[in-house]
Amino acid sequence: MRLLTDTWLLFKNYMMSTLRQPVWILISLFTPICYLLLFAPLLDKMIVPSGPNTNALTSFTPGVVVMLGMFGSLFVGFSIISDLRAGIVERLRVTPVSRLAPLLGRALRDACLLLVQCLLLVTLAFILGLKADFWGVVLSLVLVIPMGIALASLSYAVGLMLKSEDAFAPLLNFFTTPLLLLSGVLLPLSLAPDWLQGAAKISPFYYIVNATRALFLGDFSDNAVWIGFGLVIVLAVLCVYWAANIFRRATA
Amino acid sequence: MAIIETRGLSKSFKSRRGVVEAVKGVDMRVDEGEIFGFLGPNGAGKTTTMRMLSTLMQPTGGQATVAGYDLLREPAKVRENIGYVSQAGGVDITMSGRENLILQARLYRVDQATAKTRAQELIVALQMEDFADRFAKTYSGGQKRRLDIALGMAHRPPLLFLDEPTTGLDPQSRAHLWEEVRKLRNEGTTIFLTTHYLDEADALCDRLCIIDNGVIVAEGTPDTLKHQVAGDVVTLGLDTRNGAIMQAQALLGKLSFVREVQVDKDILRLYVERGETALPQILRALDSADIVLQTIALARPSLDDVFLRQTGRSLREEAA
Repeated sequence: MRLLTDTWLLFKNYMMSTLRQPVWILISLFTPICYLLLFAPLLDKMIVPSGPNTNALTSFTPGVVVMLGMFGSLFVGFSIISDLRAGIVERLRVTPVSRLAPLLGRALRDACLLLVQCLLLVTLAFILGLKADFWGVVLSLVLVIPMGIALASLSYAVGLMLKSEDAFAPLLNFFTTPLLLLSGVLLPLSLAPDWLQGAAKISPFYYIVNATRALFLGDFSDNAVWIGFGLVIVLAVLCVYWAANIFRRATA
Repeated sequence: MAIIETRGLSKSFKSRRGVVEAVKGVDMRVDEGEIFGFLGPNGAGKTTTMRMLSTLMQPTGGQATVAGYDLLREPAKVRENIGYVSQAGGVDITMSGRENLILQARLYRVDQATAKTRAQELIVALQMEDFADRFAKTYSGGQKRRLDIALGMAHRPPLLFLDEPTTGLDPQSRAHLWEEVRKLRNEGTTIFLTTHYLDEADALCDRLCIIDNGVIVAEGTPDTLKHQVAGDVVTLGLDTRNGAIMQAQALLGKLSFVREVQVDKDILRLYVERGETALPQILRALDSADIVLQTIALARPSLDDVFLRQTGRSLREEAA
């Protein structure tokens, strides 16, 4: 109970701080928007539409949505490093506040922001001529939000462990670029040689992208959808559980 | 009544080079309603001790009661009854001072209306009316420090920990902050603070401990501690040629009221019982022996002399 009220209190507070600088919400949208505007047009002639109500954006937009969820969430850990330096983390530790509330409050705030960003991005894609199944798009967002919560928790926990931007930034770079390329966000991996397709199968994001692509096409019975949802649930449980332990230990 | 009592409180860290003992068995007692100072050079174990007492760090040995609760068995109870202001402070600069205070009070689980009243009380008490509604990122060092302290007082704890409260402040803000701390004490809050400033410990603290290398080397009121150092210090500057120093040393060492004579290059340092009566006699003795004096100074012993006595090093040199 206390965990819920503390989380809600901190969530409102984090949200208020963020909304005061709404420009940041747009800044993390910048890269995905660039991909939609400047990269997607190249695909028109490369990707053969798989049905009458589809076009290149039908397979490209889901990837960009996942990319937004990945990048937006993995980088949130920077904020906890600056909070750590400002003594804010420590100040909360000497209050009776639930140990997990600072983590959950932040992750919840990030989830809300991610939802808004995804809606803006998808709206833009529709304006640009996206053809997709409406409920499939809705379910894709339902899939991407818990992924965002998982990655944000992971990012906060790692930030809390490393305590320094100088260590955190290279670590992120090291993992994000291969994960991005292996997830088939930019181009479907069906174009890839066998070894690359094999390598992609170790990236969880490969399955999540596949699931969102199937959803955008309206293939709700596609196995990829079930695999995607199952994976995201497992990922979210593991990441939040692990991050909670790190928070509890670091702020006991 | 003791508000903090520790026995053998210690902390060791494991590092790659082995076990580092940061605090080696601290025994101390802080009474209700006093400003208690923890004085020592950087790395002496001040902050580590304070972090243990404020539940931020688990001691590796010893016991302590803080604000009436056992530190090891009831850390949650301790937390409810202490305020802690770290060196970094902990202000969220994206919010105003008032918003920081309201949130902090809410974290102690009071309702919004009570939190607002309490924030207003603290803003008045710490004279923050002029800037409380501005974003904290616009605050000066002194203003931010006052907000830090207000945050530590948000739930009106009987005991407040301040870690190096005036480090980095200009002299005026420092004097102002001392006033605020005294006011809190006069209103009944016990203050435990760490400092590496001698003048701060001397001017602000009712009682203090001197800590060096994780061990308490002296404890008492600033006055008692200074009295433990033999009396006053007279410093004489002499011509270094033709053995005047040796001559003066031999001559003055024989005077009954001189307890100790130290030579430091061209300076002679005399520890005397009562400086004001000793000065004329010293001058007369030197005059009659035709020793030419260049400078003379009388100083009351400072806490630095106490530190020097106990550790053989000067705190001033450490800080520099």
